Amino acid sequence: MMTNPVARITQGQFSHLPDLSDAEISLQIQYGLGKGYAWSVEYTDDPHPRNTYWEMFGLPMFDLRDAAGVMMEVHTCRKAFPSHYIRLMAFDSTRGVESIAMSFIVNRPENEPGFGLTRQEAHGRTIRYTVHSVRE
Amino acid sequence: MAAPLYQIPGQQAPSPGAMPETLLASAASPSGIAAARTISEVLAHSQAGLGLDDLEGDLVGLAPVKSRIRDIAALLVIDKLRMNLGLLAHAPSLHMSFTGNPGTGKTTVALRMAEILHRLGYVRKGHLVAVTRDDLVGQYIGHTAPKTREVLKRAMGGVLFIDEAYYLYRPENERDYGQEAIEILLQVMENQRDDLVVILAGYKDRMDVFFRSNPGMNSRIAHHLDFPDYLPQELEEIARRMLHAMQYRLSVSGLAALHEYIPLRMRQPHFANARSIRNALDRARLRQANRLFAQVQRPLTRDELMTIEGEDLRASRVFA
Repeated sequence: MMTNPVARITQGQFSHLPDLSDAEISLQIQYGLGKGYAWSVEYTDDPHPRNTYWEMFGLPMFDLRDAAGVMMEVHTCRKAFPSHYIRLMAFDSTRGVESIAMSFIVNRPENEPGFGLTRQEAHGRTIRYTVHSVRE
Repeated sequence: MAAPLYQIPGQQAPSPGAMPETLLASAASPSGIAAARTISEVLAHSQAGLGLDDLEGDLVGLAPVKSRIRDIAALLVIDKLRMNLGLLAHAPSLHMSFTGNPGTGKTTVALRMAEILHRLGYVRKGHLVAVTRDDLVGQYIGHTAPKTREVLKRAMGGVLFIDEAYYLYRPENERDYGQEAIEILLQVMENQRDDLVVILAGYKDRMDVFFRSNPGMNSRIAHHLDFPDYLPQELEEIARRMLHAMQYRLSVSGLAALHEYIPLRMRQPHFANARSIRNALDRARLRQANRLFAQVQRPLTRDELMTIEGEDLRASRVFA
């Protein structure tokens, strides 16, 4: 863990930066809406890098015009899961793209337990390593 | 987890609740308006003056409504000036109720209102989301809240127009889910006044009952606009404009027929002001097409294709 000694989860955009303020999140959302993306909110307590699909908080939000609508959902999700990881994802429905165009974390637990390393002795003298998220 | 030995970027970030107002405000309002000192400067930056003139010219009649809208616009412009000079300007409550009979132009005015508010920078996007009870109230327990919130999210940054809002409240059924929708609406109307303007519309008497039984709603709505019925000559003017927009015109006999038609139609049941006139014109167009359709061989002139004759209108059952 040389590159990230504080065990802050770095996933998606902006995760090496200080946490975005709500106003900054709003501006990012507005940028995405301008591009025609559909935003959705997801949460998880297992931020393992292989855990690609987090739980959806409500449905993806199509046909929105203003960031305040997405922020409303973010606030509701924060209230419901204050100590989970929450991320915002922007889906680009352009033909041929049809995938997530933006994704960033908007909520982290008070303190992030990070990952644990498990050793397993396999045949011979082989050691297998597994990384798993630590739950408190 | 042990505390890190050095400061983590972002750990001292402001709490999620505290939003720097300046960032959002500058993103929301057009640049330049903050420096305005005179009314004309505000209007020039926002082009609201233009919007008001259009409103005056494009809509027939509705004198009390227009004067109320001018009052509201004046207040908003003066508030902008006060804000620029650092005086206290409370974010005004802009939620409105439009009451009046069907076809009196409530939706049209709501669209214009959204445009005016957008030009003055009071709503960020200026779109209108028109909904009725069906879009807000769910079918079963737990269905209403997500449905209402979905609509609210779509309307953020614009105007939410709730047509026939009195249907939201059904006093005869105490377990009706409408009450839940009203509560969510009230909460957002109060807490997110900067993000959303709600306009409730409906018939006068039923809206009065609705407001009496929902005092919370009544007190959160600052502007009650009453839409009067149109006079016969105003309806004639509306008909002329509708035809002009569709690139039709009335012949002399057609004009005379319309002149007789309107008072007769007004006496009939289910008269819906401008909407009835639109329907009558649509039917007249049908009859005109039918009349021309009979002449299979003759070449039709541009004039003939544009003109609605008296007989097209007189075939209506109103004259029967």
